[in-house]
Amino acid sequence: MEDIKSTIKDYILKEFLPGEKPDNLTESTPLVTGGILDSIATLKLVSFLEERYGIRVEPHEADVDNLNTLNDIERYVQSKLPNA
Amino acid sequence: MNVTREILHYMLQDAAALWPDRIAVEEPGMGTITYRDLEQLSGQLCQHLLVKGVRRGDRVGLYLEKSIDAIASIFGVLRAGAAYVPVDPAAPFARNEGILKSCGVAAVVAQQPHAKALSDSWASEQRPHIVALEKTGGGDSLRAALENEQVNASAAESDPAVAPNDTAYILHTSGSTGRPKGVVLSHQNAAVFVNWCRETFQPTPEDRLSSYAPLHFDLSILDVFLSISSAATLVLIDSKTAKAPKALAAVIPQQRISIWYSTPTALMLLMQADLRQYDCSFLRIVLYAGEVFPLGPLRELRKLLPGVTFYNLYGPTETNVCTFYRLPDQISELKESVPIGEPCPYARTKVVDEDGQTVAAGEMGELLVAGGSVMHGYWAGAESRADPFALDSAGERWYRTGDFVREDADGNYRFLGRRDRMVKKHGYRVELDEIEACLHRHPAIKEVAVVGVDNSVAGMQITAFVASPGALSIIELKRFCVENLPAYMVPDFFRFHAVLPKTSTSKIDYTSLKATLQNEAAA
Repeated sequence: MEDIKSTIKDYILKEFLPGEKPDNLTESTPLVTGGILDSIATLKLVSFLEERYGIRVEPHEADVDNLNTLNDIERYVQSKLPNA
Repeated sequence: MNVTREILHYMLQDAAALWPDRIAVEEPGMGTITYRDLEQLSGQLCQHLLVKGVRRGDRVGLYLEKSIDAIASIFGVLRAGAAYVPVDPAAPFARNEGILKSCGVAAVVAQQPHAKALSDSWASEQRPHIVALEKTGGGDSLRAALENEQVNASAAESDPAVAPNDTAYILHTSGSTGRPKGVVLSHQNAAVFVNWCRETFQPTPEDRLSSYAPLHFDLSILDVFLSISSAATLVLIDSKTAKAPKALAAVIPQQRISIWYSTPTALMLLMQADLRQYDCSFLRIVLYAGEVFPLGPLRELRKLLPGVTFYNLYGPTETNVCTFYRLPDQISELKESVPIGEPCPYARTKVVDEDGQTVAAGEMGELLVAGGSVMHGYWAGAESRADPFALDSAGERWYRTGDFVREDADGNYRFLGRRDRMVKKHGYRVELDEIEACLHRHPAIKEVAVVGVDNSVAGMQITAFVASPGALSIIELKRFCVENLPAYMVPDFFRFHAVLPKTSTSKIDYTSLKATLQNEAAA
């Protein structure tokens, strides 16, 4: 479980927050409403999730409800995995 | 529809008289509205505004998602003789509030919760009239809002006379002083452009035009007024669909789009979906503007859409579109980049050097534009540092675009770069100075320099170099920015220095900062 969150955390730190202290990015840091994920960054994250986890993200799902925090993203990815 | 109109809302009136039952606007998933009903709904809003004291020459804010309600509101405001001031409902409230207050709006049509917030933000004696919509979509909320506050029928007033020089709308672009700049455009400024579009693209009532751009963005002028003046159908694309490649691509077959207009960024987004899976056979014209379309992706798009005519349109918000270029059928004929083309017939252009002297054809200089589509000026209180106009010896005003161009042997202009510190990101104009002005307000920041580097892979990327006494969190800085700026203006990257490098004249050395980024990208 922790694995999904830390994988995504590493990806977001590397792609969108290079130079940030990893501890500053918490499970509940707002990503979309916090200006970290704009529309293009959200698309990149979605492609990453689709590739990494073999899931399909519907356009209407790529929104603030599912992607705003690491907790949200983990919950969303788990709900899309076959054994959820 | 052969009448040429100089007043924008007469275009709707003509279409409603000739084609009352045709669909004027389709809002996928929410409904459609006929020309008769659009004319009627906008007329109701016009009456409402007049009774509430709105007068010819006033400004009326629109704080609405793109919707049938919003399109009806545009025409209602124009018909009342006022200018509409659209704001981005996704932008921070404080920014929008600032725009509406600086424009001294006499009324605002706003959806909740913004209507309530606006109402609270003005002292009661200064508060403009607010038409509050519960939500937007399909036109029902506007109808309901007007019925709730029904104006006395006996108080009905006749529509005020409107002249071509009256202000029709004020669009706000990123301003170098750190405040958005209001570009004031008249009915005539827009109508000469729209009427030229009708002659050039020949839309018919059978056409269905995409409305991709948000209504506070100048590309929306073509969408709304070309479609309505042609009695065609305007298909609204909401902000969510606009960002999702597959949903966006699906709009083309589902809505049988025949004329598409957007930024190259949006077209490249479309290409992320496999366009071959979508039936694009209704599509006959693709127009793009707002930024340079890289040649590689453009070639690919041409291959995916055989039989479609492509036009590159060029023009700052201040001039409307002023040059155009029809792409050749064989794009392999194009070598370095797509030209921005030749002047539209209503525009006059010249290329000048730093002293304002016209340069010889083939030489680089700044593009100046005069003619019927050029704005009267910026809204008072939002002047830029420098006069945006150059006066020639005959006293004619030429708008200085800040764009460097060259005139090629075939008479087409080619875009070479920007004069100042304005960059394009995702098709939006961004004044780097506005981002700096925002970060300067952060209490822990001592120095800041914002640099944009255009990367062929990632597009425009904005980096903020920051000097501060203590350690700062990037997350915290991004949050600070997004509370004060639209999301596309939040810097992609932050770098921290003890002090920023300086030039010999003690100015921040932007050249070396930019070179650092470019060298890293090249490494």
